[in-house]
Amino acid sequence: MSLTQPLAPDASPSNIAAGAPLVALRGVGKVFANRLEALKGVDIDVREGEFLSLLGPSGCGKSTVLRLLAGLTTPTSGAIDWRGGRPALSFVFQEPTLMPWATVFANVWLPLRLAGVSKHKARPHVEGALEKVGLAGFADAYPRELSGGMKMRASIARALITRPAVLLMDEPFAALDEITRSKLNDDLVALKCSLGATVVFVTHSVFESVYLSTRIVVFAPRPGRGVAEIAIDAPLPRSVEFRMTPLYAQKCRETALALRAAMDSAAQAEPSSVKGARA
Amino acid sequence: MNREDFTEYLLPFLALALGLLAWEGTVRYYAIPPYIMPAPSLVIVTLVEDWGTLSGSLKVTLFITFEALAAAVVGSVALAIVFTQWRIVERVFFPFAVAMQVTPIVAIAPLLLIYLSSADAVLVVAFLVAFFPILANTTLGLSSADRNLVDLFQLYRASRWRQLVWLRLPCALPYFLAGLRIGGGLALIGAIVAEIAAGSGGSAGSAGWLASLVGIHGPGLAFRIVEAGFRLKIPRMFAALLLISASGITIYLMLSALSYLLLRHWHESARGRET
Repeated sequence: MSLTQPLAPDASPSNIAAGAPLVALRGVGKVFANRLEALKGVDIDVREGEFLSLLGPSGCGKSTVLRLLAGLTTPTSGAIDWRGGRPALSFVFQEPTLMPWATVFANVWLPLRLAGVSKHKARPHVEGALEKVGLAGFADAYPRELSGGMKMRASIARALITRPAVLLMDEPFAALDEITRSKLNDDLVALKCSLGATVVFVTHSVFESVYLSTRIVVFAPRPGRGVAEIAIDAPLPRSVEFRMTPLYAQKCRETALALRAAMDSAAQAEPSSVKGARA
Repeated sequence: MNREDFTEYLLPFLALALGLLAWEGTVRYYAIPPYIMPAPSLVIVTLVEDWGTLSGSLKVTLFITFEALAAAVVGSVALAIVFTQWRIVERVFFPFAVAMQVTPIVAIAPLLLIYLSSADAVLVVAFLVAFFPILANTTLGLSSADRNLVDLFQLYRASRWRQLVWLRLPCALPYFLAGLRIGGGLALIGAIVAEIAAGSGGSAGSAGWLASLVGIHGPGLAFRIVEAGFRLKIPRMFAALLLISASGITIYLMLSALSYLLLRHWHESARGRET
């Protein structure tokens, strides 16, 4: 399985999620210009090499956490502390977010191109990344010629091209059909393991988060905050058999209950925050 | 040829031919004199006989149209870029842009004719009418880049310049081309209308200095129409009109072809129904 990652291949389940701290969010709050409080008092530690899922209903600020980690926006309160500086990051959006006027090659090349790498020098890297995501031979295709799943693969290849230490993914497979989605889930975990990257993954699917993650933080809305944390002590990558194990069933139940509790607490808090617009 | 091809390609031509036949038939049957309504065949004959005069004027009108369109493209794209890069400039120019856009440019043609030579006035009117649709469309296009792609460029620390060239300009291309198609038609209209407003004063070399540089001078097609009207040469008016609409159609087809060539790989507007 993993070659270059910080986790020993024979890591015992208990220390799966116990890599060195990578980044710490302390009391992070975010209030948008329209006075909507997206996040309040968020404390999250991301550890090196883990697959962390942020799970919650829409509008609970999960995506804002990713944008804060990416440096695309700044917190209005609290601090984001990268131990040892912010590493190379990549972002995968909910939509494939490809440039429609550019070929798959040019799209995947973009991060390197922006870093000043010539087309000639980038070629082996781009082709390698396309091969990794199963798009070898599609370099000259235009995005509109690809299916939804293939577009998302191209988007992931673009994210991998800079060999990022941290991969931030914002519900990347939400718009895909179940079959494509489950295949991409497996491929994603395999890629993560071969690259030794840390993944922070936003989702609203209990099953997806349990299957993929080594740790889940459950978010409650209005204002968005982390309310529960669940560790999934099973090594990555996982196979279809994992979905049949008692551990998987138990963790799904535990996670679903935590999510329900988070929603209930938000519903009770509703009267006091009725003014808050839908996030 | 199947039924769909017939409806798609042959039917429009058939309809046009029938219309012309009906026109020809009506004129002949009722023996309408040519100074009231010439038959299409007479218009064609006049076009051939007067080709020496008319072709010179056609060249002049087309030259003015393309000169104005080229200037409008350069000016409006440059201004659109400035608008989107420095929002404060947009706010400063905004009232002027709105005032210029809502005022029918034709209405300021008489004023321009006082300030400028008739050749320059015609050019400026054609330029102004083509300028605003291209400016408005390009500005819209430059600010319509996908939010996530903008974030992506920011994440990889792209300079504003690269964001403009690699993201905003390609994104604005379909909008620009739509504006260009409108502007191309309007430049021709502007060139014609301004020359009519200039009236007989426009007879003295109304093509401007750039045109005379390449050996194009004399009055344009609009002057020929006015002139033929005074002399009751109605078939010649029709012949000049025919040339104007042919020019309009040609400009539109050229710009549509350009649009298709530039967008065929990626934009929905250039997508065939079969694919």
